[in-house]
Amino acid sequence: MTRGMKRLSIPYIVWMAIFVVAPIFIVLIYAVTSSSGAFTAANFSNMLSYSGVFARSMWLAFIATVICLVIGYPAAYILSRLGPGAQKICMMLVILPMWINSLLRTYAWMSILENTGLLNRFFRAIGLLDLLGIEFVPMINTPGAVVLGMVYDFLPFMILPIYSVLVKMDYTLVEAAEDLGATPAKVFTKVTLPLSVSGVVSGVTMVFVPAISTFVISRLLGGGSDMLLGDLIEMQFLGTAYNPHLGSAISIVMMVIVVICMSLMNRFGDGEEGAIPL
Amino acid sequence: MAKELIRLSHVSMAFDGEVVLDDMNIYFNDKEFLTLLGPSGCGKTTTLRIVGGFLTPTSGDVFFDGVRINDVPPSKRQVNTVFQRYALFPHLNVYENVAFGLRLQRPKISEKETAARVGEMLETVSLRGFEHRTVTSLSGGQQQRVAIARALVMRPKVLLLDEPLGALDMRLRKDMQQELKRIQQQMEITFIYVTHDQEEALAMSDTVVVMNAGKIQQIGSPEDIYNEPKNAFVADFIGESNIVDGIMRADEVVEIFGRKFRCVDKGFAPDEEVDVVIRPEDVDIVPPEKGLLIGTVTSVTFKGMHYDIIVDFYGFKWLIETTDFCPVGERIGIDIVPEGFHIMKKSIYSGMFGDYSSYSEEYDEISDAEYVEEAANDGEVPE
Repeated sequence: MTRGMKRLSIPYIVWMAIFVVAPIFIVLIYAVTSSSGAFTAANFSNMLSYSGVFARSMWLAFIATVICLVIGYPAAYILSRLGPGAQKICMMLVILPMWINSLLRTYAWMSILENTGLLNRFFRAIGLLDLLGIEFVPMINTPGAVVLGMVYDFLPFMILPIYSVLVKMDYTLVEAAEDLGATPAKVFTKVTLPLSVSGVVSGVTMVFVPAISTFVISRLLGGGSDMLLGDLIEMQFLGTAYNPHLGSAISIVMMVIVVICMSLMNRFGDGEEGAIPL
Repeated sequence: MAKELIRLSHVSMAFDGEVVLDDMNIYFNDKEFLTLLGPSGCGKTTTLRIVGGFLTPTSGDVFFDGVRINDVPPSKRQVNTVFQRYALFPHLNVYENVAFGLRLQRPKISEKETAARVGEMLETVSLRGFEHRTVTSLSGGQQQRVAIARALVMRPKVLLLDEPLGALDMRLRKDMQQELKRIQQQMEITFIYVTHDQEEALAMSDTVVVMNAGKIQQIGSPEDIYNEPKNAFVADFIGESNIVDGIMRADEVVEIFGRKFRCVDKGFAPDEEVDVVIRPEDVDIVPPEKGLLIGTVTSVTFKGMHYDIIVDFYGFKWLIETTDFCPVGERIGIDIVPEGFHIMKKSIYSGMFGDYSSYSEEYDEISDAEYVEEAANDGEVPE
C-alpha cells in the first residue's frame, strides 16, 4: 500500500479513537471507581447478585441464535439456489423489514401477542379458546415472546452472511463431489457445510451480540418481569436504580463474555474469509 | 479391435429451446484416447457433461457397456471427471482431496488401503511429498495433477477431461500433454478429452471427433482428419488450408482455375463440383515458366522455420509455406504433386473457408503498410 493510500485512513482512525476507543476507556474508568471517584472493585463483586440476569440473557440469546440458524441456514441455502430473478425478489423480502424502525416492528408484535391481541382474537373466532376453556393464550410477557422478537428482528443478520458465502461458492465443487460418489447428503456435509462455516460464524455473531444486549425487545415483549442484561444496564443509567458505575461494570463483563464467545466461535471459521475478526 | 464402452444414440440437447446437440450418434471404445474437438459453443462440453451424468439429454439414450444410463446420477457412474478449473476442495489438503472419493465408498475402504492408493496415485502424477500442502498453495500445473489424481484414484473405466490444460502456459501444456498420454497408457483406461486446440488434439489422440454447431463433422485418426478432411469446416479448423472450387473431370483428374491437375481421388460423378483442399506445405514454388499456376506474392511473414507467404492466383489468395524467400510483388509459379490435392464433396460449409484475403489484410494492418508498399515497388526485402 502506498503512503498516499495510508493517509486516507487517518479520518477513520481519528473517528475510531474519539468515538470507540475513548468511550470504552471512560466506561472502564467508571467501572473501577465509586461515586466518590475512589478506586473500587465493589462494582464487580456486587454484580454476583445479578448472575441470574446474566444467565437468563445468555440463555435467551443462545436460543434465539440457534432458532435463527435453524431457520436461516436452509433459507439462505434455498435462496442461493434460486434463479437470478427469484433471488432478487426473495432477497428484497428478507431485507425489507430492516427498512422499518425496529421499535415499530416490536410494537406490532405487542399488538399481535397481547391477551386481547390479534392472535388471541383469532383463536377466539375459531373457537379454540372455548374448546380449551381459557380466557386467552398467554403469549405476551413470556420468555417465548422475547425469543420470538429476537428471532424476528435478527433473522436477516443470519441469512445474509450465510447466503453471501453460499452464492459465491463454486458450483463445480458440488459436481466434483457428486462425480466422486457423494450422495446429496454427503455433498452437503462434506463440501457445502464446511465451505459455509465462515458465513455461519458471521451470522451467529451478528445475531448473538445484539440479542444478548437488547433491552427494547425484552421490555416490550417480556414486560420487564424477566429482566435481561440490556434492561439492567439501562436501569443503571436512565432508570430508578441510577448507578452508572455498576452499569459500566456490567457492560464490561458483558463485553468480555461476548468476546470470549466470539473468539471460541471463530476457531471454527479459522482463516476463512467472511468471518468477523475479533 | 477395441470393445465399445459408451454409446450416445440419437442424443439431442436443447437449453431454453436452443439446440446445442443435434441428433448425435457416437460410441467410445475401451482404452481409447478420444478427443472432442471444436470451436467454443460446438457442443463438445455438453457431450462430456452428458457422459458424466451432469446433464440429461433432451432426447436420445446414453449406454454404458450396453446398459442405458440416462437416469443414473454422476455418483453412480464408473466415470470420473477432471473439471476445467480443477474444482479442488479448498478446505482439504492434497491428501484429503485425493482421498475424498475413497472415503465415500461403501463398504468402507480401510485407512491403510486409502493411504496406499492415494500414495500410488500421487506417485503417478509426480506429487509425492505434497500430501499435506493446501491446494490453494499449489501452482496451476500442480493443481491440475491433483485433479487428475483425485479422479483416477477411483479407478474409473473412463476419465473425462474438460479442457484440462486451458489455464496452463504453453510450456507446461506441452509437458502435461505428454504426461496425460503416458498416464492414459499406463492406466489402460478410456480418456475422453475436450479441447478447442487442434494441435493438442492431433498430438494426443487415438481418435479425434471434430464438432461444429452441435453436429459431428468427422471422426477419425489424427492423420485421417488432417489428410482427408471431410468438408471445408474440418479442413479449415485443422491446420491451415487453401480451399478452392473445382470440378472432377474424371477419376484422378481435377480442374481448378480452368486447368486440369492430376490427383489421387476417384469415385466422383463425372463433372461433379467439389471443394479442393491444398495444404500450404504441399505447394512447391518453381520458376514461373515451369509453374502449373502463376501468381503474385502479396505478403510475407517470417515464422522462424519457414515463411508464410500469401500468393494471389487470379484474385484468389493462397497461403503457402516455404523455406525459400520470395519478395512481395514477385511472380512465382507453383507445382503440386497429385497427393497434394484433397478432394471433398460440396457441403454447407463450401465457400465459407479457405480464402486468405482477410489474412493478408490483417497482416497489412499490423505491419508498416507504407514500408511494405515501398519495398514492393523496389522489389526489396521488407524486414
